[in-house]
Amino acid sequence: MELVCPAGSLPAMKTAVDNGADAVYFGFRDSTNARQFSGLNFNDKRAAEGIEYAHLRGSRVFCAINTYPQPDGWEQWKGAVDRAAGLGVDAIILADMGLLDYAANRYPDTPRHLSVQGSATSYEALAFYKDIFDIRRAVLPRVLSLDQVRGVAKHSPVELEVFAFGSLCIMAEGRCYLSSYLTDESPNTRGACSPAKAVRWQETPQGLESRLNEVLIDRYGEGESAGYPTLCKGRFEVEGHVYHAIEEPVSLNTLDLLPELQALGISAVKIEGRQRSPAYIADVARTWRQALDHLAAGPEAFTVDPAWKNTLSGLSEGGLTTLGAYHRKWK
Amino acid sequence: MMKLSLGPILWFWSKQTVFDFYGKAAEWPVDTIYLGEAVCARRRELKPDDWLDLARDLKACGKEVVLSTQALIESEADLRRLWRICDQNEFMVEANDQSALQVAISNDVPFITGPSMNVYNVATLKVLAKQGLQGWNLPVELGREALGQLIDGLKQEGVELPSEVFSWGFLPLAWSSRCFTARHYNLPKDNCEFRCLQHPDGMELRSRESRELFRLNGISTLSGSRYDLMRELPDMERMGVSTVRLSPELQGMDEVVRRYDQVRRGETPDSDPLQLVEAPPCNGYWYGKPGMDQVAESVG
Repeated sequence: MELVCPAGSLPAMKTAVDNGADAVYFGFRDSTNARQFSGLNFNDKRAAEGIEYAHLRGSRVFCAINTYPQPDGWEQWKGAVDRAAGLGVDAIILADMGLLDYAANRYPDTPRHLSVQGSATSYEALAFYKDIFDIRRAVLPRVLSLDQVRGVAKHSPVELEVFAFGSLCIMAEGRCYLSSYLTDESPNTRGACSPAKAVRWQETPQGLESRLNEVLIDRYGEGESAGYPTLCKGRFEVEGHVYHAIEEPVSLNTLDLLPELQALGISAVKIEGRQRSPAYIADVARTWRQALDHLAAGPEAFTVDPAWKNTLSGLSEGGLTTLGAYHRKWK
Repeated sequence: MMKLSLGPILWFWSKQTVFDFYGKAAEWPVDTIYLGEAVCARRRELKPDDWLDLARDLKACGKEVVLSTQALIESEADLRRLWRICDQNEFMVEANDQSALQVAISNDVPFITGPSMNVYNVATLKVLAKQGLQGWNLPVELGREALGQLIDGLKQEGVELPSEVFSWGFLPLAWSSRCFTARHYNLPKDNCEFRCLQHPDGMELRSRESRELFRLNGISTLSGSRYDLMRELPDMERMGVSTVRLSPELQGMDEVVRRYDQVRRGETPDSDPLQLVEAPPCNGYWYGKPGMDQVAESVG
């Protein structure tokens, strides 16, 4: 299985390559990708430098153009596909059908990967993208249980990549509008979920409050560790009970599942986190490289080294890791 | 005149409640009715054949009927239901997921895309039109400006595709393989005791300052405020919108349909208060604002 690592900057990309990434993925410095953060991502010059660095060391580079252009953005998004193809990336990660169509016709020799934002949760959906846009690979949503991944993998007409580690989206990706309901930006439209511009922190007598466009997302008592106010991970009231009504602030970690994922024929595991620092990327890439090398030496002997778990736990949001949505039971 | 449609019932109602609802709807001035389970695979009060029988009855009453499909397709059982819905040639299918696109295309069943389909530009619509697309819904997070550009763009390309706008009701905003209703009751999803039946309008989720944010409805999350574009109807008509969609609620639906019918005919709607489940109004998406916002001034 291939290790695919995120790169939000040139140093992060180099670090990922140096620490064993088989492939790295990046986006341009605008709304054309699903990690639009200020100060993050690549201009063409930096991208070219990163691609050269990676290629010289045998790593591949994918470019994510995985948001949905509206008519007034069409030229810009199309231009991003042109730029990626011109830079000689090894694949373009796309979600929008219009852009997939453009890329397939204009750059048939540049492989197309279906982004997780393309909302393909069944092999029929994968067949749709394969038949019409000839995608080579698809990234599966984090909502699927392992059983469901198994079902999809058995009949998949394309290579599959699954999320291995990082933030956990529990909604079907590519059709979650919760963020644009509270703010005016969503992953689909602007490449942003619970955007930083709408976040406000405030110390109050009741505790530290996090708000998104003035909506109270969470309030932390003394000794509670505060997390970024991703709106689905807040504490809300339902029928008189206050709790994490949608999702706990936890991260995804599929280290334990590696032998099974390999047996299912999964082609690649993906690390989430283009918004993370190079130091974070180094630790995560190195740990997963070790795990994958260990797995390659013999899946029957594979055990999770406690040191890997320690490293990953220390890096996780809320200090927790779980099997995430791959694990069916909850609460 | 623009058409009025009744979207699929997004809540979980008993079989009798569903039959009673459509018994009345057959008499309402709606042109199109979407039928079927669009949310959760575990909701099986009506079997696919029950839906088909209902579809035939409503067709006999002069309604155009479209069969809706689930917005999230995950399991082999989900696919079996989808195959069944597309294994007929009497009715059009509303594809709410790419799986449905594939099955409809390979079965040569005419289809439209529902509001959860990722349709954001003209190029996407052109691709789907080549495959048999008969009409499309504006994604709920898009508003007037994008809609106008999409309709104009289609015109420029010479592609004729009727457009539909989700205009009234709680907005379907997200779907998960997890169930938030089951979570609330501390039940596993696979043994949820069908608690959604007790919540025919979903469960209110509020901030800790009592602000209505969302409605939990099984695996789906809807807006806490009710979208209402009634006063935008004249504007939509000018823009060339074909169909205005109203999303079913248990209470007061007949009155809502009547008012929308009055407005699309250019009449002044009745003004006595509606007997609806209480919820604040919103229209932000239409104006390119946060969806939960209520913009006061009308442009129409």
